[in-house]
Formats: sequence, C-alpha cells, structure tokens
Amino acid sequence: MEAQEYIDSGILELYVYGLLTETENIEIAEMAKKSPEVDQEIISIEKAIVALSSSFSPFHSVANFEKIKARLELKHGKVVEMKPASKWSQYVGWAAAVLLLLGLGYQTLELTKTKDAIATVGNEKTKIEREFAYLDQQNKETEKNLTIVRDIKNTGVTLGGQAVSPTSFAKVYWNKDTKTTYIDAAGLPKPPKGMVYQVWALKLSPVLTPTSIGLLSDFEGNSNKIFAVDRTNEAEAFGITLEPAGGSLTPTMTQLYTLGKV
Amino acid sequence: MSQEELLVLIYKKDERAFTHLYDMYSKSLFSVINVLIRNREEAEDVLQEVFVKIWKNIDSYNESKGRFYTWILNIARNTSIDKLRSKDFNNSQKNLPSDNFVHLLDDSNKLVNRIDTIGIQEFVKKLKPKCIEIIDLLFFKGYTQQEASEELAMPLGTIKTQNRNCINDLRNYLKI
Repeated sequence: MEAQEYIDSGILELYVYGLLTETENIEIAEMAKKSPEVDQEIISIEKAIVALSSSFSPFHSVANFEKIKARLELKHGKVVEMKPASKWSQYVGWAAAVLLLLGLGYQTLELTKTKDAIATVGNEKTKIEREFAYLDQQNKETEKNLTIVRDIKNTGVTLGGQAVSPTSFAKVYWNKDTKTTYIDAAGLPKPPKGMVYQVWALKLSPVLTPTSIGLLSDFEGNSNKIFAVDRTNEAEAFGITLEPAGGSLTPTMTQLYTLGKV
Repeated sequence: MSQEELLVLIYKKDERAFTHLYDMYSKSLFSVINVLIRNREEAEDVLQEVFVKIWKNIDSYNESKGRFYTWILNIARNTSIDKLRSKDFNNSQKNLPSDNFVHLLDDSNKLVNRIDTIGIQEFVKKLKPKCIEIIDLLFFKGYTQQEASEELAMPLGTIKTQNRNCINDLRNYLKI
C-alpha cells in the first residue's frame, strides 16, 4: 500500500488506539520508518487524542504521584532472579547421553558463544546510540539556550526579588520584533507542591494591567531553567508570582516573587 | 517534549524521565481509566498500578511493534478491565460502563485543566454525537472495529473511516 492510502484508510488512527494485530502493527511501524509522511501523520493523530483525553482528566491528587514514586523507589534496586538449585539426580541419567553428544555439544557451544558475542556487540551498539542521542539532545538544549541569551535582538530585563522572597531574581529575554519571550528562572526557589510560577506582562499606565504570558510548569524537570512562554506584544514590566497549580486569572500580589521594568 | 526525546531520557535512566513521563501522559491515561472505572478512588489506585507497571516493564517496550503511547494506553486499559472483572462475577462479555467519556464533565468532577481546556470541551459538545460514540468505544474502551460496529449498528467498513473523519475534525480544531 502507498503512504497516502495508509493515511486515508484510517488504519493509522486504530494503530495509535492499539486496536490492530501484531502483524499489522509491525507493518505500520516499518512503514512509518520509511515514510516521513506516515510518521508525521501518526504523531499528529497521537497528539490530538492525547490532548482530547487529557482535557477530560478528572482531578487527581499530587499525593498519588508521590505514592507512585515511593512505590517504585522501594523496589528500585535490581531484582536478582534466583535460579533453582540444580538437582544432581536429574543429571545422572543424562550423563551418558551427554557424553555421546559431546562432539555435537562442543559445536553448539562454539556457535552459542559466537551468537552471544554478536548479541553483546549489538547491545553495546544500542547503548552507545542511546548515549549519543541523549548527549545530542542535551547539547541542542544548551545551544538553544545560549542562542537566546546571545541574541542581540533580545531585550534583557532583570527582575529583582520582592518582599516575599528578597533573594529571588529572574531574567526575561524579550524579542520586540518577533515577540518571543523566554524566562531564565534559575534564581527562583523550587515552588512548593501544588504551586506554580506564573509570568505576567504588565502595562503600567494608564492603569496597571497584568496579562498572563504563561506558567513555568515542570520547574524541577527543566534542568536549565530556561522556559519559553507566550509571545508578549506589549509590556512595560514583567513580574512572576506564585500561584496554585493551573495558574490564576489575576496575579496574587502577596506572592509576587520578582519584578522588573523594561 | 516528544515521545522520542522522552524515550532517550528513559533509556538513560535519567532521573527526570519519570516526572516527564507522568506529566505527559498521566492525565490522558487517568481519563481512560475513569471512563472504565467509575469510582474515583479506585481509579487513582489503578493509575498508580499502571505507572508502576510501565516503569518496571519499560525494557519490554519494543519500538518496532508500535508507539510508546499505544503501549502504555494498552496497559491502562487492560489494568482497568482486569480490575473490573475481578470485582464483578456475573459479567457479560465486555461489561463496560454504558455512558461515554463526556460524563467526566459532570460538575461533580473537578477537571484538572479547566483553564487550558475549556475550549476543547466546548468543542466536544459540538462534535457529532456519532463521533463521541465512536471515539468512546474505540479509543477509551478499546472495542475492536467488529464490536463497535455491532454496538452502534453501523457497517463494519465505515467505522474506520468515520473515526478518521472525527479525528480530522478534532485535529482541525486543535490545528495539529
């Protein structure tokens, strides 16, 4: 089947839903490797259904996440499989036969050794490839961050700590042409459980008007602490407040961590 | 973060991997679990069980046999269905709840992403009722095409294409 036929048939949706047979799955996975169109289509279908289902998720407690982590850490060490002790008697009967088959056995052993060696090399290769992909990914992240910081078109705004957290600081990189905005939040403390930092673009006159430009979600997971937020059209100042998970419609001024004028 | 980037972190046993995994997929899986298991507390238990299974068996995931998301989706469905079966003895074939995923919108449920997703929920209200039924059976409840065609009294051949049209509507809306 041609790529477009695959796409139009609707089978890729069922592939993402997990409703196909193993043979069909393997066939499509191979097809996706060969055809970027098919691959892209699968990714888009998956994004759509993940977005749809996620938006229907009822509230579940943060405690649940902690419980799962605790359960996993308990059994974090490698499970060593116990092999049943071999029973002598079982083997006595076989010994004679084994002698006869020794010649053949030797051959098999050699073959297995070779196969093992090949498998080991294969495993090593996969490991190295994964290692490389990981480093490559880290490297790209760092490069991207460096580009943001270096970009001459970016206006850098330093946000200083406020009453609630005087030692906090942050930096905003705002490109006034493209409106893209990044936050360097390395100077903010880790947010408490169930809370999230929210970034606001502020207009100061004629009246103070805050506009939310995004949340610094997954604060812990972002090792570089550089976050992309929404485009900022207009701002005379930027502020960061601590808000309940999901963010707020208006900033909680008592929880204003950092603030800085453009 | 894409699925591919996530897998790189997982294979590397990077400590952030589990947090990312949970952030990216727990909501999606939790809604699937809740469609199948109507009790919130039990659903949370199942969610725990599902993530423990995913993490412990992650090495058995095989990229050449399907998407990672599909793999974890199947774990979520199967764990939920096992749970249902273990509780209910006189079960007729599928024995899944008869109401569809839209019931999760009942106001007794506090939805996580009320702010970000009001849009998508409004969209679902406009979605053709047939689409809701089809997505509910195929995606949330894991019916085969055959089972869905019987349940909805639709010809077998049209289930797949109808479902694609529904997903296309959703994608147009989401601009994906």
